[in-house]
Amino acid sequence: MNVLLDTLFNGLAIGSVLMLAALGLAVVFGLMGVINMAHGELMMLGAYTTFVVQNLLKNGPLEGLFPIYILISIPLAFLVSGLAGLLLEKTVIRRLYGRPLETLLATWGVSLILQQFVRSVSSAFFIGLVVAVALGLLVPRLLPAAWWRQRWSPLLGVGGWIGAMVVGIGLAAALGNQRDLHQPWFSARNIDVTAPEWLQGSIDVVGVTMPTARLFIIALTILALLAVHWFLQKSVWGIRIRAVTQNRPMSSCLGIPTEKVDALTFLVGSGLAGVAGVAVTLLGSVGPNLGGNYIVDCFMVVVLGGVGKLLGTVVAALGIGVLSYILGSGSLLLLWPQMPAALNETITFFATTSMAKVLVFILIVVFLQFRPAGLFPQKGRMVEA
Amino acid sequence: MKPSAKRIQSLRLIGGATALATSLSLVACGGGGGGGGGGGTSSGGGFDGEVKVGILHSRSGTMAISENTVAEAELMAIDEINKAGGVKIDGKKLKIVPIEEDGASDWPTFAEKSKKLIDQDKVAVVFGGWTSASRKAMLPVYESKDAFLYYPIQYEGQECSKNIFYTGATPNQQAEPAVSWLLKNKGKDFFLVGSDYVYPRTANTIMKEQLKAQGGKLVGEDYLPLGNTEVAPIIAKIKQALPKGGVIVNTLNGDSNVAFFKQMKAAGITPANGYAIMSFSIAEEEIAAIGPEYLEGTYAAWNFFQSLDTPASKKFTADFKAKYGEKRVTSDPAEAAYSMVYLWAKGAEKANSVDDNKVREALVGVSFDAPEGKVTVQPNHHIEKLVLIGEVQKDGMFKILENKGMVKPVAWNQFVPETKGYTCDWTQKRPDAGKFKM
Amino acid sequence: MTITSNSSITPATFLRRWWPWIAIIAAALILPFVLPPFRLNLLGRFLSLGIVALGIDLIWGYTGLLSLGQGIFFALGGYAIAMYLQLDSLEPGQLPEFFGLYGVKELPLFWQPFNSPWFTLIAIWVVPAVVAGLLGYLVFRNRIKGVYFSILTQAALLVFFNFFNGQQKLINGTNGLKTDTASFFGQMVGSDAMQRNLFWITLLLVIAAWYLCRWLTTGRFGDALIAVRDDEPRLRFTGYNPTAFKTLVFTVAGALAGVSGALYTVQSGIVSPQFMAVPFSIEMVIWVAVGGRGTLIGAVFGAVLINYAKSLISEQLPETWLFIQGGLFLLVVTALPDGVVGWWRQGGPGRILAMLGSSPATATYPGLDLDPEVQAERRAIESRAIAEETGAREIGGEP
Repeated sequence: MNVLLDTLFNGLAIGSVLMLAALGLAVVFGLMGVINMAHGELMMLGAYTTFVVQNLLKNGPLEGLFPIYILISIPLAFLVSGLAGLLLEKTVIRRLYGRPLETLLATWGVSLILQQFVRSVSSAFFIGLVVAVALGLLVPRLLPAAWWRQRWSPLLGVGGWIGAMVVGIGLAAALGNQRDLHQPWFSARNIDVTAPEWLQGSIDVVGVTMPTARLFIIALTILALLAVHWFLQKSVWGIRIRAVTQNRPMSSCLGIPTEKVDALTFLVGSGLAGVAGVAVTLLGSVGPNLGGNYIVDCFMVVVLGGVGKLLGTVVAALGIGVLSYILGSGSLLLLWPQMPAALNETITFFATTSMAKVLVFILIVVFLQFRPAGLFPQKGRMVEA
Repeated sequence: MKPSAKRIQSLRLIGGATALATSLSLVACGGGGGGGGGGGTSSGGGFDGEVKVGILHSRSGTMAISENTVAEAELMAIDEINKAGGVKIDGKKLKIVPIEEDGASDWPTFAEKSKKLIDQDKVAVVFGGWTSASRKAMLPVYESKDAFLYYPIQYEGQECSKNIFYTGATPNQQAEPAVSWLLKNKGKDFFLVGSDYVYPRTANTIMKEQLKAQGGKLVGEDYLPLGNTEVAPIIAKIKQALPKGGVIVNTLNGDSNVAFFKQMKAAGITPANGYAIMSFSIAEEEIAAIGPEYLEGTYAAWNFFQSLDTPASKKFTADFKAKYGEKRVTSDPAEAAYSMVYLWAKGAEKANSVDDNKVREALVGVSFDAPEGKVTVQPNHHIEKLVLIGEVQKDGMFKILENKGMVKPVAWNQFVPETKGYTCDWTQKRPDAGKFKM
Repeated sequence: MTITSNSSITPATFLRRWWPWIAIIAAALILPFVLPPFRLNLLGRFLSLGIVALGIDLIWGYTGLLSLGQGIFFALGGYAIAMYLQLDSLEPGQLPEFFGLYGVKELPLFWQPFNSPWFTLIAIWVVPAVVAGLLGYLVFRNRIKGVYFSILTQAALLVFFNFFNGQQKLINGTNGLKTDTASFFGQMVGSDAMQRNLFWITLLLVIAAWYLCRWLTTGRFGDALIAVRDDEPRLRFTGYNPTAFKTLVFTVAGALAGVSGALYTVQSGIVSPQFMAVPFSIEMVIWVAVGGRGTLIGAVFGAVLINYAKSLISEQLPETWLFIQGGLFLLVVTALPDGVVGWWRQGGPGRILAMLGSSPATATYPGLDLDPEVQAERRAIESRAIAEETGAREIGGEP
């Protein structure tokens, strides 16, 4: 009994992290059909936001708020990642709607840039970047209008950006000579996010040790799920989002601003990634590579769950969580001690963390043989992507 | 649907923005790279020539976190030697010119860059590597080209190459004394947990043999893939195997440590509850990244701690902070890397040549007053090391619990049946000098 | 056509027709003696990556299947040759050294056949091909396509990565297998002479692979592939079986990846599970994208170009490489959808020259063709066509 409860709790704990991480992805993928490979990096931005909030509150006038910094980080991380996602949508993804494979590659490129960005960013770098972008945007206004009607005007546009870039680089280089401006903000090192005191311990319920951090994440996941459900089902914009998903041209005809809907969907999905980023700081390391640890798992959750249904994501995440815990910890042996020797050997072979992962993925691929559209496929005529 | 001109315009915009981000980075990083290496090459004139050395560590990727510090320590040593007049060969003063390469946390890249340093840059020697996997990837390159690699990290032993010079600890200079200490002071029930790669696997094989020989009991072991952070199954296994406390030996590497300690504390597996946790890959640098509050009261075995109270140690730490910033800490790998450069320079001066084969001959017996104490190169291409066991304090430093003094290195492990009785001695002129029966 | 050209062969026409081959042969003869061994070795390795890129071009550029798991087949080929080399340089009865570290006393069963060089030569491409065929069949049978296919190949990649990474006792786990100090036909694999031979073998195989792909893509089979890419349902309604085509082409790509992996392994001296890391397989796609998908020469060109750039840039400024790589991903999907070679073939350089006003390439009268307003109009028409195409798919693409 105890083993069973323990398994259930730990499975739920692992599953809830997966669920929270995959929720944003499910929203974006399910509603817009966009594969966002930079999802993990948006989580990383959320985690870095937590780090900044923690350091701001640690010392200084707001020291009294330090014990609840993690709660303050949640909306801020939502905002930071959401805005980063919005920027991504406005500049890149918008141009690639209807081309999912290209979107996949482009967002992978973005994820690489974001990773290196948090490693390299320093004050000098940042100032140079801002100046260069501002200049690049201003170039069309600064040059005589007649130039833009010449046949070499496309080259002028590229040239303008190159010029702006050179100025930015020059500026960054000049500023970089000063030591404090050159100091990277985060560097390539992992950063230390320490959970507040009340999230470091555990409580015992009917013989099962439940770490408070895990309970916190489970609660956060449930809240996020409810919020997303309410947003999509009840709020005006949620209804518009669903309308656009179901029939874009008709929605557009009926006066729904589809571009705004796209941007909003992406903002929400990215913001959820930020929230997941806050949650994972309680469990593991925070560094530039954080995203890569979660992204493939998240995709498996979404694919297994089926696109477009939150329930699918929930069931898939919990299923994967429980399964990987049972296999990885070898607790199947405890639940069923008298199993045949051959089976026992097989299970022991897979009872390590890495082999459990192998087995779970194989099971998912096998499962998709029988239900190619996932656990809860969308009914009706499918949009062929 | 949209105005078409706008579309083209925006395409250009992306192209421009992309190129912009790209080249901006050039600046930031150009400055960064120069900041590290610049110091080494800018000391005053008066040299009669140059000698090129390679520095090959991961400056990008997962391992950059740890390896940056090692590279910095090597550059600091080179800088100091240059300031003191360089390497003196034949009465000439040669300036050491470091050529830095990035291993990118990718083992095949280490092999590729080694080839580049040896063939293209014609360096006299290469200082490099961190993970055993990277060393194992580089080893065939150095053996096939008869070049020389200096490797500064504690490792699993069971290797004794003519072309590698090891300044990190062998298991008998770190793991074995630590296990004996645990058996004597902390308990007999051991749980081994490590990252899934060669060092933890081999070190644990050795420890299992040692436990068998010295009356300990292995209650379980598990391995986490590098970079994995879901440790709940491992914690469950520990709780099952050691419900009332016991000894946990941790050879996790890199990121997994953070997850491991955060979740261990949450699950109540802490020193206060009777668990003695000994780590072999956590030094001062890693403590700062994980957070000392998670590690307080756990143990580590190393050959150098920043808190080591000797003048040489204090000077090393002060110099390092002066060069790289007040917030930085020194650690065992940094110390070994720093000493390694000095040992090479002394070996070259003794051989009166920078030719790697001559330096190799001369190096055995060379001593250096390292921050950990006076270290001497042994015939098996390893060095004598000071063995220390420490406990993590609130401030992220170690309290030294036991100082076992200088210990001689043993390359082929004496607990493992397959290598029991074997030894390595490169001063002997025999074809199997790397591994022969004593 | 051939008759007329044969009848009037002059040195000039001969040169014009055969210059790529003359250049290749000249390069093959001269380069090994001009380049320093290290650079030659790099070139050989990057050329061998061109073969896996050709496979990706076949499945992605022509058939529209974006596989993010080519690393599986690449690594399998590498492991096959490395296992043979590990065994080949042993005395009878000995085991490869690493087994000793983990206390393995007997050679695992699946190692046994690799004692034979002939088996190995076949296994290098057959094993990856079989794995690819099986995986492809399972996926395509269920009409899993588009991004689902990409994600599943990535998941499969991770399965293989974790398996190889975790099995120290079978395949040496994270460390991988080394080949540099092994001997091959009596010579050390890592030696300069051997590496030069390997360079020539690589060059030959790249050409052979290119011919194979060209043969596949020019005939009816090639048309069927393009039909799969452009409108699969219609192909099915016409009575063809897309699953068979897709499985077959995925198998071929797997075999090419295996050959490529084997060549790459012997030239870099090590095969390790890192070959199956997620980023590496995505990187392969970018070689094809930059070179030009749907153009075979572009795949090889892209692989060599990007890797050389990577090698040079990471020597000088290691931290910038990720920015550049990320930028390349964005650039090729937005501004250069057909890659460098595609851009070149569609008259890209000519357009730039025309913009600058020097020697404009015109289709009609210069006065008409180069009029800015006419050009603006033409651009508008072109981009409207693109917008309509993407817009149409966006709307739903109900067949």
